[in-house]
Amino acid sequence: MTEKRTAYINARLLNPESGLDAAGALLTEGAEIADLGPQLFADGVPDGIETVDCSGHCLSPGLVDMHVHLREPGHEHKETIATGGLSALAGGVTSLCSMPNTDPVIDNVALIEFVQRRAREAKGVKVFPFAAATKGLDGKQLTEFGMLAEAGAVAFTDDGLPVANSQVMRRALSYAKTFDLMISQHAEDLSLSGCGCMAEGEVATRLGLDGIPEISETVIVERDIRLVEHSGGRYHVAHISTAEAVDCVRRAKARGLSVTCEAAPHHFSLTDLDVGDYRTFAKMAPPLRSESNRAAIVEGLKDGTIDAIATDHAPHDQESKRLPMAHAANGIVGLETLLPLSLELYHGGHMTLLELLRRLTLAPAELLKLPVGRLRKGAPADLLLFDPDVPWVVDTAKFRSMSKNSPFDGRPVQGRALRTVVDGRTLFTAGT
Amino acid sequence: MQPVSRPNALAQRDLLGIEGLSPDRVSAILDLSESYVALNRNAQKKSDVLRGRTLILLFFETSTRTRTSFELAGKRLSADVINISVASSAIKKGETLIDTAMTLNAMHPDVIVVRHPDAGAVRLLANHVNCAVINAGDGSHEHPTQALLDALTIRRHKGRLDGLRVAICGDIMHSRVARSNILLLSMMGSQVRLVAPPTLVPPAIERMGAEVFHDMRVGLEECDIIMMLRLQAERMQGTFVPSTREYFRYFGLDEAKLAMARPDALIMHPGPMNRGVEIDSRVADDITRSAILEQVELGLAVRQACLDMLGRDPESG
Repeated sequence: MTEKRTAYINARLLNPESGLDAAGALLTEGAEIADLGPQLFADGVPDGIETVDCSGHCLSPGLVDMHVHLREPGHEHKETIATGGLSALAGGVTSLCSMPNTDPVIDNVALIEFVQRRAREAKGVKVFPFAAATKGLDGKQLTEFGMLAEAGAVAFTDDGLPVANSQVMRRALSYAKTFDLMISQHAEDLSLSGCGCMAEGEVATRLGLDGIPEISETVIVERDIRLVEHSGGRYHVAHISTAEAVDCVRRAKARGLSVTCEAAPHHFSLTDLDVGDYRTFAKMAPPLRSESNRAAIVEGLKDGTIDAIATDHAPHDQESKRLPMAHAANGIVGLETLLPLSLELYHGGHMTLLELLRRLTLAPAELLKLPVGRLRKGAPADLLLFDPDVPWVVDTAKFRSMSKNSPFDGRPVQGRALRTVVDGRTLFTAGT
Repeated sequence: MQPVSRPNALAQRDLLGIEGLSPDRVSAILDLSESYVALNRNAQKKSDVLRGRTLILLFFETSTRTRTSFELAGKRLSADVINISVASSAIKKGETLIDTAMTLNAMHPDVIVVRHPDAGAVRLLANHVNCAVINAGDGSHEHPTQALLDALTIRRHKGRLDGLRVAICGDIMHSRVARSNILLLSMMGSQVRLVAPPTLVPPAIERMGAEVFHDMRVGLEECDIIMMLRLQAERMQGTFVPSTREYFRYFGLDEAKLAMARPDALIMHPGPMNRGVEIDSRVADDITRSAILEQVELGLAVRQACLDMLGRDPESG
């Protein structure tokens, strides 16, 4: 039996792995990329191959989002693995990493298998689960890193909470070396954050809200880098948000330490000014920071200090957000605004399309040793066809996600996914 | 390390650790032990080399095999054996330990065997008595008679102590047995490998002359000797290792991992064993490969030899 073949012609091929940015075509066969290049199908597509005319639009690896809260199990009224997957596909994301701070916490093999089974049943986006670093996120007892990794956990984090205890963090980094696994840290000193509900600074003071200082993030990143220096291990800072922390990572990398980080689109596209009049949709952890921090995130992405862009997609129902600022839940949905917000870096002249796509595809895939995120013969046919320029206005009512908590509602943006392909199967097309 | 020939009574009189012994001294102890192995297999096991001598066993930590082994060793040598077990909770540190030492010393014992939960405590006590002191284990520091009995076991099986590849596996961090064995085996010319998760390997241990492995299959490759260490219960849950079953999966000795070692590899364990934690029951009970019970037998002989050498009248020895 021959596998289904599809030819994507008239495309602008963009592949961060090889640096390819050229007009050409790509052929998928079954779940794999069979061929690609500028000369492919120069003489037309043979009979029997389905043809997709890309009309000159960009064809890149599907986006890889290494930081997504799917809320299942436990909070299925906010999001499920299935609806989060649809939201991802609409945003051009073909692989995502689910965070373990669900209820129950993903801290054992059975629950990793549960997440994988639900993702299989959804037949959509690829889900690579993170497992909790400590049992029940208690910050005390390590989870079974080896067995969880064998079951499919791709990295370990207590995200939502930091691993606060220095000895536990040291042992987590150290023990993870046994299996060459990455520990991702929600870098926040909760004692410094206190009751804070937005970034410390002028806006918080004017609003009369308790502030979260920048050092709340910096002291944990600094400490953890010292631990890496002492005990080794692969360390990753999730949703980095301050200039100081970016600088810590930059210096750690210069010293050759295995330290990486990711940033979320809202931290390079919004500031604490966007909290405006107590907008709880602009409340997240870490909080929106000052303009100088925002600019530092952009700079970190440009110079490669920040390896990846990841959404920290955090769905919440209305009830969790229609509360006084201090009591509202942290987090915003991000999957369906990931691409246009990231493209602002391209349109603003900060990065080339290839550089930007690297942080959205290949870089996170490499950090987690995933086989995705690249256009290459034999690689999974996970593709994104997108128009980088088309203007539109974000309308949260149209989100596939069950939750609509986005501060970007009504924002004019450019660029969107036209078609999202996973393992050779088109799972999303714009206008549907 | 102090040469044996040096006319320093203290250095020769005590056995505080492997550190300080010379290869010749080790060989001499093992040779003498052999004669006690033979004697212990007779119906008449008694010797009178320590007749009239007083042996005090001072254990600040619970022990079954080591204490029994020393007690029996003393009795077979006809010494008067006094057993003092001190619940560690009743002990005040520092001054009190020295007071205890001086009190016992006033009774003119000939040998005191001491186990203490704190590293260095046995040396501290030895500094305040006139008799010979044997370290039966001090914290995570040394346990010299265990290393000597392990050496005797290896020598009887392999015919030598040099040129062997020995893997010591498990909780190296908290193990006095590991430290004494690293010192002894590398001094005798064998290659020591340590196999453990990074959380159970103390910093800079490789400076003691051992090579560290975190993948047990790789660590066991072509090994002649596999020494398993007990994973203590209090370390099984928490941050050293996540769980017993994960530990066993990656660091427990089972048939599959054992297959990486040489076909004639000898399996050793200082005891007590945790079956299903650091060692599979079938492997532990495989009499063609496991020397675990033989270690206990040889331990008695080694302790007889040590008591003999340290407890005899210096004039007649």
